[in-house]
Amino acid sequence: MNPVAAGPVADVVSAVLMLSGALSCLLGAIGLVRLPDLPARLQAATKPQTLGLSLILLGTALRVEVATAVTLVLVVLFQVITAPVISQLVGRAAYRSGGFPDGTLVVDELAEHLPTDAVVGDEPAAERDGRD
Amino acid sequence: MGAVFAVVLVTVGVAAALALYRLLRGPSTLDRVVALDVVVVLTLVAAGVYVAYYRDGSNIPLLAAVALVGFVGSTAAARLAVRREWHR
Repeated sequence: MNPVAAGPVADVVSAVLMLSGALSCLLGAIGLVRLPDLPARLQAATKPQTLGLSLILLGTALRVEVATAVTLVLVVLFQVITAPVISQLVGRAAYRSGGFPDGTLVVDELAEHLPTDAVVGDEPAAERDGRD
Repeated sequence: MGAVFAVVLVTVGVAAALALYRLLRGPSTLDRVVALDVVVVLTLVAAGVYVAYYRDGSNIPLLAAVALVGFVGSTAAARLAVRREWHR
């Protein structure tokens, strides 16, 4: 048994980290319930949860052995890598299925790159087939 | 220190209840995917609290596995949800 840190100071630091992590998770969940539309809920779902998980696992890492703490860092790394991917995919799916209410987007760069149904229908068939 | 763990677990439990409320309410499939992802992260947090309380690292591989598998599930659900919307 060879903990990363021992003693009362380490206990207090660990407790503060875990309490703030739990608070961050709670705030994210409140946002998930309270916010009005999907893109806003996406913000509440990803960032506070990732921060909360990181803080709690950091607090945990102070109380366990060194080898275990290294694996905990790996878990946080997985979460930091995968959360933006989920956010991106869900956001894109929501955009295509009308999950963004009209007028809530300040900038819409995706619309400039997507052909609308009307534009595709107006083009000659040969020109349309030559394009993705 | 025991009181700290109790407070942390109760807070995470309340957060999970709120996420489950969003999971039940929806309204769209993608809302449920997001809520389910939050529930997965809160599960990771609760397992992390267990590790800290008992100073027992035997379920750390579980944490790593859930972090990766939860990602695959959410990604697949998001793709299938939008495909169904397209066909409608």
